[in-house]
Amino acid sequence: MSEKARPWPRPTPGPLAALVEKSPSACVTLDVQGMPYREVNHRLWELAESGIETIVLRGVNGQRYLGTNLRKRVRVLIDGVPGNDLGAFMDGPRIEVFNNAQDGCGNTMNNGTIIIHGSAGDILGHSMRGGKIFVRDNVGYRVGIHMKEYGDTRPVIVIGGTAQHFLGEYMAGGILVVLGANLEPGEMHPSHYVGTGMHGGVIYIRGPVKRSLLGKEIGIRHPEEVDMTLLSNLVGEYAAHFHTDADDLLAPPVGSEWIKLLPLTKRPYGRLYAY
Amino acid sequence: MAWATQENRYGDDKVYDACGLFGFIDTTGTLHGGDIAITALTNMKERGNGLGAGYAAYGLYPEFADHYCFHVMCRDSASRTELDDYLRRHFAVVHDEPIPSRAVKGILDAPVVWRYFLFPQSSHMAGRDEEDYIVHEVMRINSALEGAFVFSSGKNMGIFKGVGHPEQIAEFYRIHEYTAYLWTTHTRFPTNTPGWWGGAHPFGLLDWSVVHNGEISSYGINRRYLEMHGYLCTMQTDTEVIAYASDLIMRRHKLPPEMAALVFAGPLWDEIAGMPEKKQRLLRAIRQTYGSLLLNGPFTVIIARSGEMIGLGDRIRLRPLTAGIKGNILYVSSELAAIHLVEPDIEYTWTPLGGEAVIGRLGEQPVAPAKIRPTIKQSLVVPGLGALGELAEEVDYV
Repeated sequence: MSEKARPWPRPTPGPLAALVEKSPSACVTLDVQGMPYREVNHRLWELAESGIETIVLRGVNGQRYLGTNLRKRVRVLIDGVPGNDLGAFMDGPRIEVFNNAQDGCGNTMNNGTIIIHGSAGDILGHSMRGGKIFVRDNVGYRVGIHMKEYGDTRPVIVIGGTAQHFLGEYMAGGILVVLGANLEPGEMHPSHYVGTGMHGGVIYIRGPVKRSLLGKEIGIRHPEEVDMTLLSNLVGEYAAHFHTDADDLLAPPVGSEWIKLLPLTKRPYGRLYAY
Repeated sequence: MAWATQENRYGDDKVYDACGLFGFIDTTGTLHGGDIAITALTNMKERGNGLGAGYAAYGLYPEFADHYCFHVMCRDSASRTELDDYLRRHFAVVHDEPIPSRAVKGILDAPVVWRYFLFPQSSHMAGRDEEDYIVHEVMRINSALEGAFVFSSGKNMGIFKGVGHPEQIAEFYRIHEYTAYLWTTHTRFPTNTPGWWGGAHPFGLLDWSVVHNGEISSYGINRRYLEMHGYLCTMQTDTEVIAYASDLIMRRHKLPPEMAALVFAGPLWDEIAGMPEKKQRLLRAIRQTYGSLLLNGPFTVIIARSGEMIGLGDRIRLRPLTAGIKGNILYVSSELAAIHLVEPDIEYTWTPLGGEAVIGRLGEQPVAPAKIRPTIKQSLVVPGLGALGELAEEVDYV
């Protein structure tokens, strides 16, 4: 990124610069209670550019677009409920939220990791192009809507609990994994219309789904060995983030199985208006 | 020509907007100050653009609990004199006064706001019952009188609204001086037409109040259906349609709110097809009877009346709604952060499915859905970093 295109001026030397000089990997805590999101992001950017490796944001309450302008490998820990579009367009950092997240988390994210120690809202990973999102519990509607991939860049979303409706809607690429860890034995995922309009990527679901209410554009397969290797890696990462047992989450639930959902065609609506 | 008609100067079929909502009910009836509502609403700053904000409060006028309270806005004092005349000819006015307000920087051209405590006289009602008479008269004033608009007409409740940011409107009406057991609030982001004072939310009729985010693509068919039942839609807003539809099916047809939710946002046909036969019959009957009141398109609403608050989103959730419980208080909000801000010790939070109503009633302990686990305060221990509270190097950076 050129100097010219930088959204904010470089930080001025001060106590922060002195701290960084003393210990470049220092962790900084920032209380952002009531601070508008532009200012929070400006400060995050200053800190990241100064070489700080870990930033703790306290008092976060609904500020939007957090981390959107970060391009350094910085780690941001959020204490509170971040606002919509957390990590939108984010390119590299690792954000951890120690609460629930709102809608639009990881919108068009390019690279990096978002870890939610709780649940997330609607359109998680909307148009995501790369990086990984891990959600410990549940997610809302239209998660992974229009995710896409190119070459080696494949976005990944792993959900520990379950998802509401229209999971993977219009999905064009990437990997969506739903572990169903909080379902009772025999309980179905409440998700209707999974993969509606899906034309790329793959969805793995552990546990039963209502097959009569799946999207019309997808087919159901049994995961093969190569799929299970991929899942083993991703579930391992999930388990490491949330300190749970990967083997339990990888084994099919009692009386059920893993399923793999794939689009049947790359152009589901190609013939819709061709009479 | 009526004020509401003039304000819709582009002759649009309806008015679009996208907004922020917040509401809560203390089911024990304990009164809470307006500052809670203001704090939550102002936290969702990005959801409004300063072209409308408002507050509805219940349990507001215990000293006049048996009288209807009309909150009216008038263009000027001449319009108010005219309205005053009209009201005294058609009602017994018990008490009237200006709604306390103060000048606020940035609020321009505020109308004259007044409140009347009144009751209908049987000699005027011409066969109508009391509530139908109120509806009839409010419709008549809003569609026929020039420069006058009744924006609240219930008992022991009131709506305060206007053009401005939530904090400006709160200051204008001195909202923090009121207490209520149920508050609903709204910040507006009108997208196609200018905002005007009467067009802000909450929209009210009798003790109904509606705050709304989204746009209803079934507006035309809903409006025509309501007109057949005597409701005149003067405002061209979705909110008005929802208020009248609520009045029709929940007050006049006596449907419980759970059933009304199935009318407004019933399941899709292929979801119905997979349900038990008895439930299918019920849902088909609802669609056959009230098909014209199905609300299509993206919306979230908070509908309230005395003793009851209903949060409802459209059936495929194209607008956000989240709920929370702390003790006897049920919260609903466009954004979760607003709930956490006013209640840091919230016990349960969840996101209802589209079409799933969240209902709070006076005297009924609010209960979270069976699957929802209590909100646990996170320990905030990060591997390799210790607890967030024990970080070694903190700098006072601000």
